[in-house]
Amino acid sequence: MGGMTSTEKILARAAGLEAVHAGQLIMADLDLVLGNDITSPVAIAEFEKFGLDHVFDKDRVALVPDHFAPNKDIKAATQCKCVRTFARRMDITNYFEVGQMGVEHALLPEKGLVSAGDVVIGADSHTCTYGALGAFSTGVGSTDMAAGMATGKAWFKVPSAIRFNLTGSLRPYVSGKDLILHIIGMIGVDGALYRTMEFSGPGVASLSMDDRFTICNMAIEAGGKNGIFPVDEQTLAYLKASGAKEPRIYESDPDASYERVIDIDLSTIESTVAFPHLPSNTRTIGECGHVEIDQVVIGSCTNGRISDLRQAADILRGRHVAEGLRCLIIPATQKIWRQAMDEGLFDIFMDAGCVISTPTCGPCLGGYMGILAEGERCVSTTNRNFVGRMGHVGSEVYLASPAVAAASAVAGCIADPAALEKGGER
Amino acid sequence: MKAHGSVFRYYDNVDTDVIIPARYLNTSSAAELASHCMEDIDKDFVKKVRKGDIIVAGANFGCGSSREHAPLAIRESGVGCVIASSFARIFYRNSINIGLPILECPEASRRIKAGDEVEVDFDSGLIHDLTSGESFKAEPFPPFMQEIIKAGGLVEYLKKEEGR
Repeated sequence: MGGMTSTEKILARAAGLEAVHAGQLIMADLDLVLGNDITSPVAIAEFEKFGLDHVFDKDRVALVPDHFAPNKDIKAATQCKCVRTFARRMDITNYFEVGQMGVEHALLPEKGLVSAGDVVIGADSHTCTYGALGAFSTGVGSTDMAAGMATGKAWFKVPSAIRFNLTGSLRPYVSGKDLILHIIGMIGVDGALYRTMEFSGPGVASLSMDDRFTICNMAIEAGGKNGIFPVDEQTLAYLKASGAKEPRIYESDPDASYERVIDIDLSTIESTVAFPHLPSNTRTIGECGHVEIDQVVIGSCTNGRISDLRQAADILRGRHVAEGLRCLIIPATQKIWRQAMDEGLFDIFMDAGCVISTPTCGPCLGGYMGILAEGERCVSTTNRNFVGRMGHVGSEVYLASPAVAAASAVAGCIADPAALEKGGER
Repeated sequence: MKAHGSVFRYYDNVDTDVIIPARYLNTSSAAELASHCMEDIDKDFVKKVRKGDIIVAGANFGCGSSREHAPLAIRESGVGCVIASSFARIFYRNSINIGLPILECPEASRRIKAGDEVEVDFDSGLIHDLTSGESFKAEPFPPFMQEIIKAGGLVEYLKKEEGR
C-alpha cells in the first residue's frame, strides 16, 4: 500500500485505524454534526426513534435556522419552532437564533466550531465548505444527522481522490468562484462523484481563506464527497482568530494515490459564468454574448463573505444599478453584516440602488426574498442554477463571481468587471 | 423485496430541486411532499404513478441538495425502485438510510424505455423488462449496506446493533 491523502489520514484517525484506503467502509467518530431548519425537523423525528433524552455531546451539535429564517411563512415558522424546541430540550450549546445566526457554512468557521483535522457531517450538501480549513467535512441527509446526534458516529466509504495542482496566481477581478466554476465546467457535474477534490500546489498560498471556502463549497457541484486544502499560515491565522480548538494537521504523503492529477495555472483563469441549467454549463466572460437580466443576488454560503462584499462594492462604488434591475446584497452572517456596515460598504450599495438583507439562504434555493417570475433571469453568486431553482420553472439563473454579478447589475446584462473598469464610468 | 410496475423514464442529472422543489420544503410531511414529486420536469408523474412503478434514469440521479425530502417524496409516491446508471452520493446514502430501493445498472438505464413493464428483484439485483424481454443484472450492494437495507434503514440498523 502506498501513502495516504490528507483525507485518508483524517478518516483513519477518526476510525481509530492505522491506515485507510479508498473504497474501505469505516465507522468514524464525529467532531461536529450540523443541521438547518429544513433538514433538522426530519432528523429530529428520526432521532426520537432512538428514545434518547440527550444527544451524544451537546457541544458538538450545531443547529442553524437559516434557510427559511427569519420565518418566511407559517409552515416555516413551525419548522423553526421544532428546531428551537429540540435545541432547548437537548440543551444544545450551538443553536443560533435569528439575531446570532447566519448562513450556516459562513457561520460555523467564523464561530470557531470547525478546526483542521476535524470530521464534520451536516445535513446540508454544502457542508463540504470546511475543507478550506483542512477538515474532512461532507453533506449527508437527515437520517445520517439523526444517527450522528445519537451516536457521534457516521459510516463512510473512504473516497478516492483527484488532485488539483495549482500554480501561479489569479488575475485582477478573477476569484475563487471563477476557478471552481472553471473546474466544474472542465470535469462536469459528476466529474468528482464520490471523490475527494484535493487542492494543492504552490498556487494555494495566493488564495485567500474566503476564496478557499468558496472553492470547497462547490465541490458538491462536481459530485465530490469533500474538497480539501492543505493547512498553511493563513489557515492557522484564521483558526486562531476564530478561537477554534487546536488544529490537527494532516499532509498528503508524496506517494499518496490519486485517480487523476489536474494542473491549473491560476493566471490563465478568466471570469466564468455557468449558464442554465447546470453548474457545469460554463462560459468564459468573453463567450457570454448579450444576456439581459432582471435581478442580481450577491450572497449565500458560496459568496456572502466580507471579501465577496468588498469585491462587489469596488465595482459598485460611484455607479448605479441598471434601470429596472433589482440587486440584492445578503451578508452571510451578523458579523459580516456589521463589518460591511463599518467599512462603509452599505453606503456604496445603497447609493448604487441595491437592497441589503438580513442573513438568509432565502433566494438561493427559491425559498423567499427574491423569487423569479416566468421568463426572468438572474445573475447570482450562489451555487446552483437548476430548473426552477430560484423560482418559476421558466426562469433562469446564471452563476458568477461577486465582481461579475456587480458589473452585470450596473450593465443590466452579463458584463465583464475588467471591461467596466476600463470604461471609466466613475 | 420485489417491485413490479411501469417505467417513468428520465435522463441524466435529475436534481433534487426538480424531484421536490424547495418551495415545498416548509413541510416534512411525506404525503404532502409526494403530491409535488417531479412536478417541475413531469407534471403528469403524480397523476399517473401507481404503487410499485419504477423510475429509470441516466447518470448522477439525485444530484444537488442533501434534502432527504427527495427520496422520501419518491418513496411515498409509491415508486418501488429507482434504477440509474449512477447516483449522486448524498441521494445514494439517503436512499439506503430510509429504505428506498435503488439499483445502479448502466445497461438497464440505457435499454429500458418509458412505459415498459419491468420487474425488479431487489435482493438479487435482477431486472426483467417484460415488454422487451431483456434482462439485466445490477451491481450488488456491499454487505454492510445490505444489512442496513434489511434492517429497514439506518436508525433501525443502529438500534438493532445497540441491542446486540
